[in-house]
Amino acid sequence: MFDRPLLRFVPRGTKINFMRGRFIGLATSAVLSIASLILFFHPGLTLGLDFRGGIVVEARTQGPADFNVIRAALASEHVSAAGVQSFGGPDDVLIRLDTPPDSEPDHEARTQAMVDSVRHAIATLPGAQVLRADAVGASVSRELFRNGMLALGISLLMILAYIWFRFEWEFAVSAVVTLVLDLTKAIGFLVITHFEFDLVMVAAILTILGYSTNDKVVVYDRVRENLRKYRTMPLAELIDLSINETLSRTLGTSCTVFLAALPLALFGGASLSGFAWVMLFGIVVGTSSSIFIAAPLLLLMGEKRLRRDARPPARS
Amino acid sequence: MMYYSRLRMASVIGVCLIGLALCLPNFIRQPSPSLPWRQIHLGLDLRGGSYLLLQVDMASVAADRLRGLQDQTRQTLLKAGLGYRNLATGPRGVTFTPRTPDETQPDLKALRSMPMNVPGEFRVEQGDGGQIALTLSPDAARQRAYDAVTQSIEIVRRRIDATGAIDPEITRQGEDRIIVELPGISDPERVKNLLGTTAKMTFHLVADSAIGSAVPPAGVEMLPMSEGQGTLPVFSHVDVDGADLTNASASVDPDGGGWAVNFTFDSTGAQEFGDVTRANVGKRFAIVLDNKVIEAPVIRGAITGGNGQITGGFSAQQATDIALLLRAGALPAPLNVIEQRSIGPSLGADSIRAGGYSLAAGFVLVIAFMALFYGRFGWYANMALLANLVLMTAILSLFEATLTLPGMAGMLLTLGMAVDANILINERIREEVARGRSALQAMQAGFERATATIVDSNATALLAHVMLFVFGTGPVRGFALTITIGIVTTLFTTLLLSRMLMVRWYARTRPSTLPV
Repeated sequence: MFDRPLLRFVPRGTKINFMRGRFIGLATSAVLSIASLILFFHPGLTLGLDFRGGIVVEARTQGPADFNVIRAALASEHVSAAGVQSFGGPDDVLIRLDTPPDSEPDHEARTQAMVDSVRHAIATLPGAQVLRADAVGASVSRELFRNGMLALGISLLMILAYIWFRFEWEFAVSAVVTLVLDLTKAIGFLVITHFEFDLVMVAAILTILGYSTNDKVVVYDRVRENLRKYRTMPLAELIDLSINETLSRTLGTSCTVFLAALPLALFGGASLSGFAWVMLFGIVVGTSSSIFIAAPLLLLMGEKRLRRDARPPARS
Repeated sequence: MMYYSRLRMASVIGVCLIGLALCLPNFIRQPSPSLPWRQIHLGLDLRGGSYLLLQVDMASVAADRLRGLQDQTRQTLLKAGLGYRNLATGPRGVTFTPRTPDETQPDLKALRSMPMNVPGEFRVEQGDGGQIALTLSPDAARQRAYDAVTQSIEIVRRRIDATGAIDPEITRQGEDRIIVELPGISDPERVKNLLGTTAKMTFHLVADSAIGSAVPPAGVEMLPMSEGQGTLPVFSHVDVDGADLTNASASVDPDGGGWAVNFTFDSTGAQEFGDVTRANVGKRFAIVLDNKVIEAPVIRGAITGGNGQITGGFSAQQATDIALLLRAGALPAPLNVIEQRSIGPSLGADSIRAGGYSLAAGFVLVIAFMALFYGRFGWYANMALLANLVLMTAILSLFEATLTLPGMAGMLLTLGMAVDANILINERIREEVARGRSALQAMQAGFERATATIVDSNATALLAHVMLFVFGTGPVRGFALTITIGIVTTLFTTLLLSRMLMVRWYARTRPSTLPV
C-alpha cells in the first residue's frame, strides 16, 4: 500500500472493440435523449423557487408536525392557498405559497407581506421555529431562469470554441453534440427524480458538462496523438486504440469523483444531496458518452477528412 | 525535465508554506490587531441570516424629475410675468402653450436660462402649433437613475446601521438593484419596514382657497392626512425640503400626551425656513412625509433658529422610527423588496455539519482509492491533494471570499479534478513502463505527455467556469469561483508539487523499476 499499488483497475493492454458497437451506442443515446425531451415537455421539470417564484417556508415544530394546527394558524393570518407538506424529519414542515402574478399592482409588496404573515402564524405555534423563509417575485424568477439558461448556453459555446481552437472542427462538433445529449439526459433524470430545478441544479448541470468535457478532451487528446503516430491506421481502429489506452484513466477518475460525491449524496443534507445525485448521474453518463457517443461521432464525422490519405477504414 | 533545481524546489515549498500560513486565520484567533487577518466568510446559507434584493422604483425617479421640471417651469414663467396655458407633463417632458404668440420668444429665453441639475439635462424647443416643449435627455435621465441608486445605497446603509445589525453587506447589482445581506438576522421584518419607507419630508403652504373645491387648481395637490380622514389642498411647490435636515430626535410632546419629533436644519434649510415663515405669518404650513400631511400648523411668526417640531400624536416607537428615518435621509425613490431569503441559525449549523462530514468522507475515500491503486505515487498524489486543499483555502481567505454550500461542493469537485490530473500522470508512466522504457525515460515521457492533456482539460474547465462566474448570480457564482480557484491550485500542485515529490524520490533512490 505504501509502495506498489495493491489493486489494478483495468488489466493492462485491453483491446476492446468499442467502435463495433457504435451504432448501438448512438441509438441507445438517441432513444434516451428523445425520451428525456418528451419527459421535459410532459410532465416537465419540477421548477424550484428560483425559477417559479413564490414563497417557501421551512419550519421545525416541537414534536411531530400537526398539519391541521398549522393550517389553522395560517388561516388565522389570512394566508390561503398554502401547500403544507412534510420534508426531512417528522418535525419539519414545508409551507408553499404562490405569489400574486406580476401583472397585479403591488405584487412585490404583497409577496413580502405574505412572508411576514406566515412567520407570525408560525410564531403562534408553541416551540416552533422558522428554519428558512424564501420569497422570490415573479419577475425576478423569470430573470434568474433566463440568466441560468444563458450561463448554460455560453458555457457550451466556450467549450465548443476552445476545442475547435485546440483540436479540429470535427472534434469540437462531436464533443458539443455529445454534451447536448448528456444535458438532455440530465434533464430527463431531473424530471423522473422530481428534484427541483433551481440555481443550484444549474450549477450541478454545468459541473456535469465540465466533467464530461474533461473526459472527452482526454480521449480526443489521445486520438490526436495517435493520428500523428500511426499515419496509416484506419480511424476506427485508431479510436479504439485510443479509448483502450485511456480506459484505465477514464474509469479511475470516474470512480474517484464518484466516491468523492457519494457521501454528499447520501448524507449531505437536503440542500446538497440533490446536487450530488445529479452529479453522480452525470459522472456515469459523461464517462459512458465519451466512449460510446463522442468517439463514434468523431468517427462518423472524421472518416473522410481526418484520414483522407489513408486506406479506407475497415468495416466491422 | 527530471532535474529539479534547488531554487524551484524552494519556491514550490515556499508557496505551500505561505498557503499554510494564510490558512491559519480560519482556525485560530487573531493574536495581535496589527497582523493582517483575512479569513473565509461563511455564506448566509451556512451561518444563518437574511438576503434581500431591493429594486429602486425608477419610474418614480423619472416622475419625480418631471414633476420638478413642471414646477420649475411654472415658477420661472410666473417670475417673468409670462402666462401659459395647458401646462402638462408627458412621458419625457413638459409642454405648454404661451398665452399669446408674442410671448413665445420671451418664454423660450426665460426657460433656456433655467438652472439645470446636469449639463444638457433638458432641451427647450418650439413645437407644432406654437406649443413649447421641454424634453429631458435620456443621458441625463440615466445619470439621474444611477445617482438615485448610489444615493439609495448610502441611505440604506445608514438606516441599517441605525438598527444595530452586525456586518451588513450592501452592494449594487445591475442598473437598479441593491443587495442587502444581514448575517445573523433571520427575520428581516423590521429592516424591510424601514427600507419600505421613503421618508421624504417636505414643507408646503396650504392652499386654503382651494378647500372644498372638487378639482384642485393648477399647482395645487390634494394630499391625504396621515391621521384621520380627508385630504388637504397644498401648493405643489416645495418651500423647504427635508433633505436640508441635519438632525432629528424623538421626545415627549411638552404640550400634552404623545411623542414629538424634533428636527434641526442646516444653514440653507434654516434660511429658507426663516424666509418662508416670515413671509407667510398667519397661513398654514403643511409638513408632508411620504405624500401624507402629518400636520399643518398655523405660522405664528418667523422661525429663524432652524429648529422645528412635529407633534402628530405619535407613539414612542413611531416617533423614534421617524426620527431615525429623517436622520438617515430620504430615499430618492421607493425601494421594493423583490427577493428575500432568510435562513435560521439552526439550519445553517445543520447544513455545515452535514456538508463538512460528507466532504471529509469523500476526501478519505479518495485518499484510500489513490493509495490502493497507485501505491507510492498515489501517496504523492494525496500529498498534492492535501496541499491543494490548503492552497484553495489560502486563496479564498486572501480574497475574503464567501463560502456557501455550493462552494463546498465546488471544492469537492476540484478534488476530483486534481485526482484526475495525478491519475493521468500515473497512467502515462505506466504505459511508458509497459512499452519497455527505463524508469527515467518512463517518468520523463509520462510527465511530458500528461502535461499537455492536463492543461487542455483544465483550460476548458477554466473557461466554462469563468463564464459561469461572469454570468451567474448567487449560488452559481460562489460555485464557479471556488472551481476557478481550484483549477489554478490543481495545476500548481500536480504539475509542480507532485512532480517534485516524484522527481526527488527518483533522485534519492535511483530505482531501476518504478512502483506503478
